[in-house]
Amino acid sequence: MSDSLQQPAPLTQRPSRWLHNLSAKLASLPMVLTALVVFVGCTVWTVFYSFTNSRLLPDASKFSLKQYEYLWTQRRWLISIENLAVYGALSLIFSLVIGFFLAALLDRKIRGEAIFRTIFLYPFALSFIITGLAWQWLLNPDFGIQANIRALGWESFSLDPLNNPDLVIYGILIAGVWQGTGLIMCIMLAGLRGIDEDIWKAARVDGISTVKTYLKIIIPMLRPVFITALVLISAGIIKVYDLVVAQTSGGPGLSSQVPAMYVFDKMFKDQNLAQGFAASTMMLVSVMIVLIPWAYLEFGGKKHAR
Amino acid sequence: MDKQNIPYSVQIKALGLKFGEHKVLEDLNLDIHQGEFLVLLGSSGCGKSTLLNCIAGLLEISEGQLWIQGKNVTWLEPSERGIGMVFQSYALYPQMTVRGNLSFGLKNAKVPPAEIKKRIERAAEILQIQALLERKPAALSGGQRQRVAIGRALVRDVDVFLFDEPLSNLDAKLRTDLRVEIKRLHQQLQNTMIYVTHDQIEAMTLADRIAIMRGGKIMQLAAPAEIYNRPKNLYVADFIGSPSMNFIEGELQNGVFHSPAFTLNLQDYAFITSPSSGQKVVLGLRPEHILSGTQAATASQQITARIDLVEPMGSDTLVYAQVQGQKLRVRMDGQAQVTAGEMLSLGLQPERASVFDRSSEQRL
Amino acid sequence: MHAETLEPHGPKPKRHFSRTNIMLYGTLLLISIYYLMPLWVMVMTSLKGMPEVRLGHIFAPPIEVTFEPWVKAWSQACTGINCDGLSRGFWNSVQILIPSAVLSIMVASVNGYALANWKFKGSEVFFTILMLGAFIPYQIMIYPIVILLRELGLYGGLSGLVLVHTIFGMPILTLLFRNYFAGIPEELFKAARVDGAGFWRIYFRVLLPMSLPIFVVAIILQTTGIWNDFLFGVIYTKPDLYPMTVQLNNIVNSVQGVKEYNVNMAATLLTGAVPLLIYLVSGKLFVRGIAAGAVKG
Repeated sequence: MSDSLQQPAPLTQRPSRWLHNLSAKLASLPMVLTALVVFVGCTVWTVFYSFTNSRLLPDASKFSLKQYEYLWTQRRWLISIENLAVYGALSLIFSLVIGFFLAALLDRKIRGEAIFRTIFLYPFALSFIITGLAWQWLLNPDFGIQANIRALGWESFSLDPLNNPDLVIYGILIAGVWQGTGLIMCIMLAGLRGIDEDIWKAARVDGISTVKTYLKIIIPMLRPVFITALVLISAGIIKVYDLVVAQTSGGPGLSSQVPAMYVFDKMFKDQNLAQGFAASTMMLVSVMIVLIPWAYLEFGGKKHAR
Repeated sequence: MDKQNIPYSVQIKALGLKFGEHKVLEDLNLDIHQGEFLVLLGSSGCGKSTLLNCIAGLLEISEGQLWIQGKNVTWLEPSERGIGMVFQSYALYPQMTVRGNLSFGLKNAKVPPAEIKKRIERAAEILQIQALLERKPAALSGGQRQRVAIGRALVRDVDVFLFDEPLSNLDAKLRTDLRVEIKRLHQQLQNTMIYVTHDQIEAMTLADRIAIMRGGKIMQLAAPAEIYNRPKNLYVADFIGSPSMNFIEGELQNGVFHSPAFTLNLQDYAFITSPSSGQKVVLGLRPEHILSGTQAATASQQITARIDLVEPMGSDTLVYAQVQGQKLRVRMDGQAQVTAGEMLSLGLQPERASVFDRSSEQRL
Repeated sequence: MHAETLEPHGPKPKRHFSRTNIMLYGTLLLISIYYLMPLWVMVMTSLKGMPEVRLGHIFAPPIEVTFEPWVKAWSQACTGINCDGLSRGFWNSVQILIPSAVLSIMVASVNGYALANWKFKGSEVFFTILMLGAFIPYQIMIYPIVILLRELGLYGGLSGLVLVHTIFGMPILTLLFRNYFAGIPEELFKAARVDGAGFWRIYFRVLLPMSLPIFVVAIILQTTGIWNDFLFGVIYTKPDLYPMTVQLNNIVNSVQGVKEYNVNMAATLLTGAVPLLIYLVSGKLFVRGIAAGAVKG
């Protein structure tokens, strides 16, 4: 018998279920607290108080749908929603298209791939604040791109979105796409690299053109990667705040307002807590509209396949 | 050797394992003798590795008891059970040297340094890895890594060794070499060894007894020769032997096997139970027990078959033949000159055949 | 030359400047200009004096190089009443970054390890909630967290912000570590258990030494994330303690005084220097970090 190995007292009783794995349970405590207290608790708290009349302080004495009715009559909120929809739809399309296009270009076994990748991805390392400030400067009508092109002799050239209420959201879009496409490119590139070399060989033997191979074979194979990218972009769009703060502060007028800005101002500037809660609840609802079908497709489908 | 007088080393009593509602192992009983080499054999998913993990204490069992060296270890931690374990992927700690790998468990058990050194030296000598002690696993070949992994079990100085498919990650030649070494090690140490594999050659060559598992149950537990010659049921008969046994469906009438292809008088066959007349049966003939060429005449009964396909394999030749539509695999001498389309005279030996009931699939 | 003499023989002639190649590299170069333009303009502007900036040639290199805007941005630029430049925000950010990164990585790595190797009843449920939490807009949780921090006496200070960064860094980091540890062969873990090692000993002696790359990835992820944060900094700290990114925005977008574009650009570059440096030094690991964080396994 292994006398030299430690001999514990023989167990006469089955170890308790609770004590079993105790260290692992202790180690998971921060996760449990975060999940329950912050993610579930705080969310439920805010949703609950969005039905109240809280102004400066949370106050649960009256319940009504008043905040929501008021919210949807606010021009500022409606502009915010419209901006978010335009910004969201276009940044989704541009990010996916440009991201995939760049990834496909880099996947053509080119020289200097690392350099190009570094160039396309570096904006992602920078904050939205820096992105916003940089593009604010570039789009400055008196000093930026517009002024320089006019100086070259094209007097009627105009690129001044940030001072035009109708175009300001596109000015923000240029900056947002500049910052975020690198990430999408990286995800797409990882997806492309994951595709079996033999697929390309087979397509070549079959005489299918490169473009057609991408469209008919590669993109359908990358479906999960596209979905991941889609979810990531969507989750990022709803949080868009810093970029607008830095680039336009929501102006000119109310023309580049976004929901996150509305929430922030109502909660911390206008002393209208419940209105901020209602607006943030609407933000959660819109995320769920995107997330639930995705979760259903991603996880619900798998369960059926089993 | 009379094993009845040797005390049991590992006893598995009514062991059950459930994952949720899914029963993986159920009411499993197995007694393993002191110094015995037991092989758990089966195809993937049969529960053999699961059973080994239960013995090691890496999986918590739902029912039953486990005894090792006369001690109930059912609720003990793996390190407290007096076992050593060798894994398929070697599972060496990559950042530790070979010496570090061998001493890790002993340090955890607070064995004095002098004793650790002594045990490592002994294990290194047995396994011929003295020169590798200061190397990291990444600098070792597959065979060397597995030797170190065996060493890790060896230094623990325990009575029971558990092997979980230890040779599956090695190439064919190394596998054969290390197989012989494990057998030699067993002869030298006389430990109890429980060895999981899906490779029947490993099982046949190493085992004192083989337990063939399927769906969490033991289909047959016996010495290799017994399993090969007298498989207890159709599953075992089919599983053991490569190429596998020929099965011919037919009927028994007055001790004579009747099938559309041929009849065979079974008066030399040792029935366990006396069969009833008209019983539906399956006759099993191993390809190597069907005689051909000049030997065919020495068998008690001859048939003629037409050759469909010939697979020369060097040491012997495998022939796919047909008798009245009944397909037969026959193993012939490697030097036999036969070609497809020829007629071949074959000799059947009822005394080496196996007969199974068609519905219960049990040996008769 | 006759056609017969051109019969294919030997290696196929390679054309270095084929039309596809010119198109390929042309496109890449053009796109590169779009991506590099802001950086170029920022650097050029920050090296010019204000008179030269007012000439408007933002793409042109400076006629006279000056580092004064950089000095001014670092030590004199004003936010509100404080006129000690970005240096204040820089040191605030350092004080926020180090404890936040250390704490969040420690907690998440142990947590990911527990989830990968020591599953217990309910562990997957909490993990799922944690992952879904990553998609909840922060805005809905901001205010209750203010209340919680106030109750804990941490509101307005750096430690409160550290806690917030730890909490919101948890989903991505836990996922990162869980997936990494789950990728380590299970048999190694079993071998360690047979060798008598418990939860902490396996973590520290077996897993930690072989997990250096993933810790580097986590550090990169957290450093850039925390450094670039704006929202939490604004909400959970007082103006004196604002992190660099918040201070940068306040300097550049302040409505008082004459706009000093060169100082603003220098300030922007100073703030971006930390994540940019990390990005350039870490290279592939940065890519791996965002890919690992992004693509759920």
